[in-house]
Amino acid sequence: MSETTFTLIDESRPIETTAHVDGANVTLAPEAVRAALGWELKPEGLCRGQVCVPVRDDRIAESGIALDALANALGRPLALDAENHVAALGASADVRRAQFASLEAPDFELPDLAGAMHRLSDHSDKKVLLVAYASW
Amino acid sequence: MITVAFDQNREDPRPYIEKAKPTHPSLIDTEHRVADLYGIINVSTVVWIDKGKIVRPNAIEYGSDMFTQFHGLESAPHLAAVRAWVNDGTIENADAESIKSRMMAPTADEQLARAEFALAWHLSQAGNAEAAERHYVRAGELSPFDWTIRRGSMPIRGQNPMGPEFFELAQEWDAAGKPGYVSESAKRGL
Repeated sequence: MSETTFTLIDESRPIETTAHVDGANVTLAPEAVRAALGWELKPEGLCRGQVCVPVRDDRIAESGIALDALANALGRPLALDAENHVAALGASADVRRAQFASLEAPDFELPDLAGAMHRLSDHSDKKVLLVAYASW
Repeated sequence: MITVAFDQNREDPRPYIEKAKPTHPSLIDTEHRVADLYGIINVSTVVWIDKGKIVRPNAIEYGSDMFTQFHGLESAPHLAAVRAWVNDGTIENADAESIKSRMMAPTADEQLARAEFALAWHLSQAGNAEAAERHYVRAGELSPFDWTIRRGSMPIRGQNPMGPEFFELAQEWDAAGKPGYVSESAKRGL
């Protein structure tokens, strides 16, 4: 088992990190998890800011954090391609459900054709008809 | 108005944007970020937002009747509703509980499908079409009627989004009773 470059896509944001890949098993150092995702392993569990998630899986330890165990602890969907050293962590259905229940319109920032960036929140004082379409 | 194109590059929607010459922000979402944030599974989908709050949830709506024969939705009721909302603030079924009851929260499988799609798109961009294909297929299996995934991935995978794979998907969807908020929109008269 050797350490290798690994790409972790966090809700569509690719992050380059390092991991140990052994077949389908991917293990990251706690420091790599903290740097990539902001979650820090503490005695009370995985913590980010004021939020701590209890850890009940011994594959989450100071010696290494198994990626699938991490996804499970955080309640996030994980798509993994260990052979190609890349994985995507999505948003959980529970998070989306809570967000929908709040009726808050999630902010986003996207480019136009010229590459200029626009945020939904730039129009927070107005009515916005958000239209999603595609050329296909 | 803000339009968001779920296309994998800026060139595909460019002709439509340049022809329309919009004065509103016309944005391109190559990662389908807005689809994930708003639970969008088809196009064209509209969401009404007022001062940062959703006041009318996801619904399939069209600006013309070009494809009415296919999906059964006419454009006129929605266009009239938009005018009423803009002109005097009228919105049908606008109380919070009604809006919440019409929000279609995603399932765990649908969210995993989005992660599989993100992974596949990353592999496509890296030039690994063979590995990407496995994850596009898996995403489609997990969320079979997410058109942003199944039809949206067709151009990337060398398939014609108006070709045989599209008609196969349309038949599957039709046989399943046209699931998703297309039928919900029609039933509720939204």
